[in-house]
Amino acid sequence: MSVLSVDSIFVRYGAISALRGVSLSVAEGELVALIGVNGAGKSTTLSTIAGGLKPHQGSITFQGEQLQGRPPEYITRKGIALVPEGREIFPSLTVAENLRLGAFVRGSRAEFQRDVAEMVELFPILGERLRQAGGTLSGGEQQQLAVARALMSHPRLLMLDEPSLGLSPVLVDQIFELIDRLHRRGVTILLVEQNVERTLAIVDRAYLLHTGKVEVEGTPAHIREFGNVEGVYLGDRGRDAARKEHQ
Amino acid sequence: MITLDFLINAISLGSTYALLALGMVIVYGILKLVNFAYGELIMITGYSLFVVALGPHLPWIIMAVLAVGVAVLTSYLTERVAFRPVRSNSLTAMLITSFAVSTLLQNAALLIISPRARGVPLPDVFSESAVIWGQSVPIRSLLAIVTSLLLLGLLVLLLRRTVLGIALRAASDNFRMTRMLGVPANLVISVAFAISGLLAGVVGLFWVGRTASVTPTIGAAPLLVAFVATVIGGMRSLLGAVVGGYIYGIVFSLIGVLLPQGLLEFREAFMFLIVILILLFRPEGLIRGVNSSRRV
Repeated sequence: MSVLSVDSIFVRYGAISALRGVSLSVAEGELVALIGVNGAGKSTTLSTIAGGLKPHQGSITFQGEQLQGRPPEYITRKGIALVPEGREIFPSLTVAENLRLGAFVRGSRAEFQRDVAEMVELFPILGERLRQAGGTLSGGEQQQLAVARALMSHPRLLMLDEPSLGLSPVLVDQIFELIDRLHRRGVTILLVEQNVERTLAIVDRAYLLHTGKVEVEGTPAHIREFGNVEGVYLGDRGRDAARKEHQ
Repeated sequence: MITLDFLINAISLGSTYALLALGMVIVYGILKLVNFAYGELIMITGYSLFVVALGPHLPWIIMAVLAVGVAVLTSYLTERVAFRPVRSNSLTAMLITSFAVSTLLQNAALLIISPRARGVPLPDVFSESAVIWGQSVPIRSLLAIVTSLLLLGLLVLLLRRTVLGIALRAASDNFRMTRMLGVPANLVISVAFAISGLLAGVVGLFWVGRTASVTPTIGAAPLLVAFVATVIGGMRSLLGAVVGGYIYGIVFSLIGVLLPQGLLEFREAFMFLIVILILLFRPEGLIRGVNSSRRV
């Protein structure tokens, strides 16, 4: 039984079609990735699920409820948390305040304290910086804060958009290790990544997107076999061949 | 001559301007909207005092609270009725809407009450003076300072200690992301407008207190003051607005003492010269805020 199922959504930016019938599903506890070149529609898919963009066709079902066209605050309340590309932490708020807002959809102060303690355990560096402004953190620390802030809402589905982007190799290792760890703790994750090899090494399933459509979907082994994974690095070369194979 | 009397008056003017600027920036920070109907809240406060005084006799402080309440309500309602429906369109649509609201409120005052000035009730303390260290100081100025500091203190508490306050600050940083965390956009915006109305209302009491009267166009001057103060201090941060307001008030008072008698009527021109210099050398204002220009 899938927690999230996206059925043939179409999204436009003005005259430009960004998504042309994307369908995907994520099951409880699953770690699923969207991969593809720049402009394939990965981030657009996540934004649309999170309510930042409205599909003009298609449906998004989360735990049996239709969510397309709902405002982002409603969708967050239903249990979907997005860690957007570029982290988007609040630079003028302290780390603790960033976390406090992450827990906005949850209630009590006692619960909040317990959750902060848990996040500090998960991300020790944040514990040392609780009273510091978010904007003063390094890139890697900000990424950790962004993930921690999303986890504060106890999401049923965590969506991560390019969490390793712009981080040093050591931090990229840490981020992938973290995703793997969250997955093993049972968090349901939908991940968008450029780093295809690292991603395929940890996910259960993946969707390879190209120009707003799902090209290939399946297990990492299947994607490696039938998807033009090199194309993700190399651009369009050989994509037609890959499409033929898929058919 | 810098005297105690001068200092208190300058700081009092600065405090009033700080509140004014803050009321404008709290909305600007979230919606990126310069609300041109902001000055009309001062007018509404004045007319509310005038109208309340027509009724049964009440202590002034009750009348003042009622008048400020009307300003808060007006600010809240303009958002609900005028700005909310056009919010998702464009910033230009909202700007034009704010002009429309401003014109509408002014004309309502013209039609319903009168184009001529109306007297407002003021407590006796507004015209009395206290003697401090041998110098006489208007109590109205002292009251303005104390009220402003109290209000600023309360706002700081709200913004730092409550989740709603944190959400308001976050919305100024990045409104889209704030919504992504589940904070309802309408709630944040309504609260911002209510606070804006509260600040304008309190300033309104002191503003009409200078002349003890109110006219339909009384809002133009405070709107300009708020705008200029935020240009000085910086549009992007609440602290900037407060600093800008104090600087404006104090520098404006200083110009008043330093300029020779013959040039006094050009006081405003000198003030704007300073503003132009600030715009030239520090276009983002004295206090740099967070670099985020994204809208809803």
